[in-house]
Amino acid sequence: MTDAQPGPPLLEITDLDVFYGDFQALFGVSVSVTQGGATALVGANGAGKTTLLRTIAGAQAAASGSVRYDGSDITAAPPHRRISRGIALVPEGRKLFPSLTVEENIQVGAAAAASDAWPLDRIYGAFPMIATRRKQRASTLSGGEQQAVAIARALAAAPALLLLDEISLGLAPLVVGELYETLAGLRSTGATLMIVEQDLRRAMDACDSLVCLLEGRVALAAPVTSVSRDEVVAAYFGEGRS
Amino acid sequence: MNWVNSVIQGMLLGGQYALIACGLSLTFGVMRIVNLAHGDLAVCGAYLGLVLSSAFGVPVWVTLPLLLPVAFAAGLALQVLLFGRALRHGVLAPVLVTFGLSIMIENLLQVAATSDPRGLNGGALALASFHIGSSITVSWLFLTAFLTACGVLSALQLTLSFTSWGRQVRATSDDLDTARLVGVRVRPVFATVAGIAVATAALAGVFIGTIGTFDPLTGTNVLIFAFEAVVIGGIGSLWGTLVGGMALGVTQVVVGEVNQAYAVLAVNLLFLAVLTVRPGGLFTSHQAVRELQGEGAPG
Amino acid sequence: MTREAAIGSRDAEPSVTPVTVSRWSRTASAFTGLCLVAVVVLAVVPYTIGGPAEQPLITLFTFIAMASQWNLLAGFSGLTSFGQNAFIGVGAYALYLVAWHGINPFGGIVLAAGVAAVVALPVSALVLRLSGGYFAVATLVVAATFQIIATLSPAVGGTTGVSVPGLAGYSDVLREALIYWSTLVVALVSVAGVYLLVRRTFGLDARAVGSDPVAAASSGVRVGRIRLLAYLVAAGGAGAVGALIALQTLYVEPTTVFNIQYSVDMLFMVLIGGMGTIEGPIIGALVLFALQETLSSYGAWYLVIVGGLAIVTTLAASRGLWGLASERFGWSLLPVGYRVRQKE
Repeated sequence: MTDAQPGPPLLEITDLDVFYGDFQALFGVSVSVTQGGATALVGANGAGKTTLLRTIAGAQAAASGSVRYDGSDITAAPPHRRISRGIALVPEGRKLFPSLTVEENIQVGAAAAASDAWPLDRIYGAFPMIATRRKQRASTLSGGEQQAVAIARALAAAPALLLLDEISLGLAPLVVGELYETLAGLRSTGATLMIVEQDLRRAMDACDSLVCLLEGRVALAAPVTSVSRDEVVAAYFGEGRS
Repeated sequence: MNWVNSVIQGMLLGGQYALIACGLSLTFGVMRIVNLAHGDLAVCGAYLGLVLSSAFGVPVWVTLPLLLPVAFAAGLALQVLLFGRALRHGVLAPVLVTFGLSIMIENLLQVAATSDPRGLNGGALALASFHIGSSITVSWLFLTAFLTACGVLSALQLTLSFTSWGRQVRATSDDLDTARLVGVRVRPVFATVAGIAVATAALAGVFIGTIGTFDPLTGTNVLIFAFEAVVIGGIGSLWGTLVGGMALGVTQVVVGEVNQAYAVLAVNLLFLAVLTVRPGGLFTSHQAVRELQGEGAPG
Repeated sequence: MTREAAIGSRDAEPSVTPVTVSRWSRTASAFTGLCLVAVVVLAVVPYTIGGPAEQPLITLFTFIAMASQWNLLAGFSGLTSFGQNAFIGVGAYALYLVAWHGINPFGGIVLAAGVAAVVALPVSALVLRLSGGYFAVATLVVAATFQIIATLSPAVGGTTGVSVPGLAGYSDVLREALIYWSTLVVALVSVAGVYLLVRRTFGLDARAVGSDPVAAASSGVRVGRIRLLAYLVAAGGAGAVGALIALQTLYVEPTTVFNIQYSVDMLFMVLIGGMGTIEGPIIGALVLFALQETLSSYGAWYLVIVGGLAIVTTLAASRGLWGLASERFGWSLLPVGYRVRQKE
């Protein structure tokens, strides 16, 4: 577990165990994310990526282990507390509020925000594609537009750490490209990103650090520049394990 | 018989039903709890009104500024102590707990107030009426109840549509898990919704108690009428409960003109008919219908 | 790329532990034997102790029957019906009509159960569209409607009610004994019936439906049919109970036979005893019986306690008394599942 980047870790996860009832989803997971970095979280379906993001965001409780953010232990903190501290999650499947308009969805995202760094104008500036649809019901938008709204909703919380779960699912490559451009723009404003992405190429292009999960354990964690695609694939499928 | 007068009376009566129903609708829409003690809580409002208005020697309307906040606080307490806990114990728990609560309330009232029917002191308002033309008589009390119901529904709808709190409530009813995830504080949302539900129920109870009589067991019938109004009008629609309430009211009064004994039966049959033909009610959303049917019941 | 050497390649063979799978246990066998003895002893009560013991036992058996039926509905199939009193009333009136037509009233119990089940069929088409709390209130509406219909029907006495004919030929002692045996039989059939139903696939299906209808449906369970079967069987059972009540009191009147108190009792017994177990409702029936005997003089307070206990049990001891005991001590007297034991 090495970081090529300087700076103290913004997010530090140590020995995390997470259960769904009797089923263990994460086994002693430890991950470190530095300020301003972008970490790709990859792995097969069911590897535990969504569980990990949800645990960081506070939607899932950890059975043991710790989550430290910006120097304090937030393992027991509820989601709204984590949002005020600067963590926001764009959930898998977008999960927009269907009966609310685009604008209302975004406004709800600001409910627990501690700062006004991302007022509506700035958000619409970053996502011009949804500005024209602001008064429409979220359920009437296209897939790409809905994904943009989901990201916008998380941005409204003015996060320092933005977690994104499978934003490219079901979208045309062109649309995904636009979304990733927006993410690059976010990085340049100083945001830290953690992205779950099935498309390995995109993940490795957009991020400087990579974590691969396999059946709930960390199989690989390294800077993108120091691993080859083959090594990642090997970790992804669990080859070479005893 | 005087059809026009009956229909008007029925529509005004519908306002009261909507007032009692909107709390039930909110509680289910936001928390997915059908509060089987809702009718009994309305009757508690009537009894509280009785106690206060007798104690101070004033018509019950004067006691509302005290009565409503007490009812709101009771709703908060019930949510924190009972409903919130019940939600954590599975799907059946809220049904069982609220039914148990209903039994407790009805029998505590029985112990405290005996089963004698009571009425509330409505002051001058309760007795006055005015005439439209030669055939229509409207009681001021009925009209006030109807207008109050419209006022409450409007206020609720406006709050839900235009305030931050309202957005959070709607988000929570759409998707509890995601709402919590994006930072909505769900416990205060639930508590305030429960408070509003009990406060509106108590207000409706005061009207019920002034217009007719009430006793400890009235709550069950009140629950049934509230429930029928919600189902006919459509789950998840506040104004739908007004339409539902009016449908009930008109049926009850019109049939009652012909034969009083059949009035309540006719209302129940109307409900069962709507349930057969349009189980989702008149103004409901797809999501609400699915939840109503347990998302998998048709087999 | 050696992906063929692939996913989850493990070198060791998984080891297989030899086990036996059985449905029964020694405790269960012993208990069943005990039950048979108990049934025989109970059956001869009219000859042995006679009168004074029969009345309370009739009440107890009725409780056991009602609790088992409600458990089938709510405990196993997730159908929280608070309107079973609708079918108790139907059963009572059906018995009256049967007796009025000159048919033997005791044979009429079976007919009454059948009538109740038949009436439940169209009702189910409506209420089974709903679930959870909405289903519960709909059952309340149905019960209220049936009661109103009865009060408006002069053929069955309207609000005043009717007395049950056809029993004048029996002496008091004989009548009491026949009612005693009938109630015992209904209780046995209720418990055994639910037990046998639940042990078969129906039981597993019903519990799947009760806990997650969507998952059950996608696993191929015919959700609708399970709920319908549970609802009809419970309605028939309630009809039999109603017939028994009519025979006992010799008078059928709307507010008594359609009284919501029956639903309150059923809820309480199953909650206290333990939902979703066979033994639970029997325990619950004993507790309710004891409570009624001791607290009946306290009037409404008794019901306040019942309601309060229902709340407390749901929130603090959701598996009821039997659930607590069987968890603690590992008891299982009437097993519905399977036991897996390692072969020695």
